[in-house]
Amino acid sequence: MNIQASGTNRRISLPLAAALKDAIFSALIAFGLFVFLIGLHTDQGPTGALVVTTRLPQLAMLVGAVFAGSLARALIFGREPIGLGRGLPPWLMRIAQHAGRLAGPALLVFALLVPVLFYHNRYLLDLGILVLTYVMLGWGLNIVVGLAGLLDLGYVAFYAVGAYSYALLAQNFGLSFWICLPLAGILAAFWGVLLGFPVLRLRGDYLAIVTLAFGEIIRLVLLNWQSFTGGPNGIASIPRPSFFGLPFNDEEGGFAATFGLEFSPTHRIVFLFYLILALALVTNWVAKRMRRLPVGRAWEAMREDEIACRSLGINTTNTKLTAFAMGAMFGGFAGAFFATRQGFISPESFAFGESALVLAIVVLGGMGSQIGVAVAALAMLGGFELYREFEHYRMLVFGFAMVTIMIWRPRGLVATREPSLYLATHKPAVSPVKQGLK
Amino acid sequence: MTATGPILSVERLAMRFGGLVAVDELSFTAERGRITALIGPNGAGKTTVFNCITGFYKPSAGMMRLVHPDGAVFLLERLLDFRIAQIARVTRTFQNIRLFPGMTVLENLVVAQHNTLMDASVFTFAGLLGLKSYTAAERTAVDKARYWLDRTGLIARTDDAAGSLAYGEQRRLEIARAMCTEPVLLCLDEPAAGLNARESAELNGLLKFIRNQQATSILLIEHDMSVVMEISDHIVVLDYGVKIADGSPEAIRNDPKVIAAYLGVEDDEVEKVEAEVGL
Ligand SMILES: Nc1ncnc2c1ncn2[C@@H]1O[C@H](COP(=O)(O)OP(=O)(O)OP(=O)(O)O)[C@@H](O)[C@H]1O
Ligand SMILES: [Mg+2]
Repeated sequence: MNIQASGTNRRISLPLAAALKDAIFSALIAFGLFVFLIGLHTDQGPTGALVVTTRLPQLAMLVGAVFAGSLARALIFGREPIGLGRGLPPWLMRIAQHAGRLAGPALLVFALLVPVLFYHNRYLLDLGILVLTYVMLGWGLNIVVGLAGLLDLGYVAFYAVGAYSYALLAQNFGLSFWICLPLAGILAAFWGVLLGFPVLRLRGDYLAIVTLAFGEIIRLVLLNWQSFTGGPNGIASIPRPSFFGLPFNDEEGGFAATFGLEFSPTHRIVFLFYLILALALVTNWVAKRMRRLPVGRAWEAMREDEIACRSLGINTTNTKLTAFAMGAMFGGFAGAFFATRQGFISPESFAFGESALVLAIVVLGGMGSQIGVAVAALAMLGGFELYREFEHYRMLVFGFAMVTIMIWRPRGLVATREPSLYLATHKPAVSPVKQGLK
Repeated sequence: MTATGPILSVERLAMRFGGLVAVDELSFTAERGRITALIGPNGAGKTTVFNCITGFYKPSAGMMRLVHPDGAVFLLERLLDFRIAQIARVTRTFQNIRLFPGMTVLENLVVAQHNTLMDASVFTFAGLLGLKSYTAAERTAVDKARYWLDRTGLIARTDDAAGSLAYGEQRRLEIARAMCTEPVLLCLDEPAAGLNARESAELNGLLKFIRNQQATSILLIEHDMSVVMEISDHIVVLDYGVKIADGSPEAIRNDPKVIAAYLGVEDDEVEKVEAEVGL
């Protein structure tokens, strides 16, 4: 068909025959995959034995969908990757860019207003707290994965260390939240360094496997060390946060009484909301600031080329350990917050799924991009809630969204990288991140 | 530079990989304030020598002594790779360029000044708080980067991603980055590889400038004879890991063994040379 591109875009669509061939091929693969997954179905028969039933119409629908989709793809995009921005006129792109720059402040203002706007909507406030917790975790993990390029699949371990540190310190020694918070962070950072040592020489897949194992070890220790951690029963009645010493209750000397307000349980929720917002913003501030400091630049340089770093006299051992420690510390803060918010923790809350979710947020958001991570956390957790009624399809939609984004924006939602410094005379330029995970 | 004397003396260096002897009993010296070239056919072991000097390989045997202008002596075989760059101040470039491709040109040069800036940021705290001492140090680092960008003609590309530079520009950026560490010895692994004639000539100028104006001596691996013969003060020739000649460019150009092993001659002179080396 027409090889010549229409207009300015270099769009190479395939001729119909080739496109058909591609589509048939994809349909065949889909058939091979789904014939057992969807096409055959086992049920308990009347006698209790399994009977096999076929679901041919559903199978046909799926294969047909794959065929149509890949035909359309081949006709429109050819074998090129699907580019979302390619079809857009330049002025629209420019507007999108401006909107992107305003997104951060807009989101922040919105977050600050949430407790005011939705004061009577307990459900939304809880959801907001949840989202912000994951934003904070995402920003913490972003230091390790996005900046330093160390693929960490066991991040939840530090979240757990933070949560248990707070729970145990607060229960056994009666320490207040504001004393426990830094302690939880320090303990988590200590564990981060401890994890860092054995994995110093590992990269990429190997590193991922060891960190994954580390996450599981921590969880299993929490599960089995009955006398210390309460085992599977977890730790209950963890002290709830107070407003700098004023408890949120309806007694004399409580928060409401002191400020002459009528007691309402929402006070505590709002306080928790602003607390996690503040913690997340501190994480963001520190991470952004460190990116512009020698350590942060060394993290990024190490992600790009470790050998070159060493040839320039950079101690990559220390650099890696600081990245692990920083990431872990913020995970620990988030964990302490989680413990005080829930009032109850058990090893179940720190399963691998959490690590995967946080990593997905970081990767989808665009590694190294702060705003991207925030948007991804909002979209993922908000999305989960939206689909709560369709429990069965949640994971399906989640997987579909992941695949779509990875095709359209393989480097995540925000793929541009802001340089950490410019020559004074130049105006900000944005350069693409060349390499991601290694 | 008036101070002379050896800056680097390599003694009986050997590097074996299993049964393969990549470098064998190699001894040579590099003089302070001079350009010393290491040449030889492909696989002669030149890069391996660099890897030993810069600590990326632990040599199987031998000694490498580096002497600073102030008289401090470093035994390189005892130092870790990054310590060699950090305290012995030997910096290298790589045969296949190793930049930080996703970072900007300026960032590449500032990363090279990591240790100075790290000290100024006092374990990051002064930097986090934005203390004056740190911001001043960062400004100095940017100024130094700008100086080398001017020198290497990359100033217009300052804020572009290093990976987006043309090949010749990437080579120059790697040298600029190495110079930002203020090395006493700069080890360049085939800096002219892939450059065209004009770029090679510019490279000659840059290397001469570094030798004459900076307190930096150069150790150079190069196949491009127009570069080697024009700028080297001293040439060491390797073949199969063994030194076969060592001397001034003049002497090397006319050394029959070097000609037979590496430089080559016109077809009609082959027999004469073979007779001289005793083949
Ligand atoms: N890490 C290694 N393991 C095993 N053998 C190696 C290693 N590094 C180098 N060698 C071998 O040592 C020999 C010398 O290699 P080297 O790279 O030093 O050559 P070179 O002189 O730099 O060649 P070129 O001009 O092609 O760059 C080669 O035979 C090479 O295969
Ligand atoms: Mg080589």
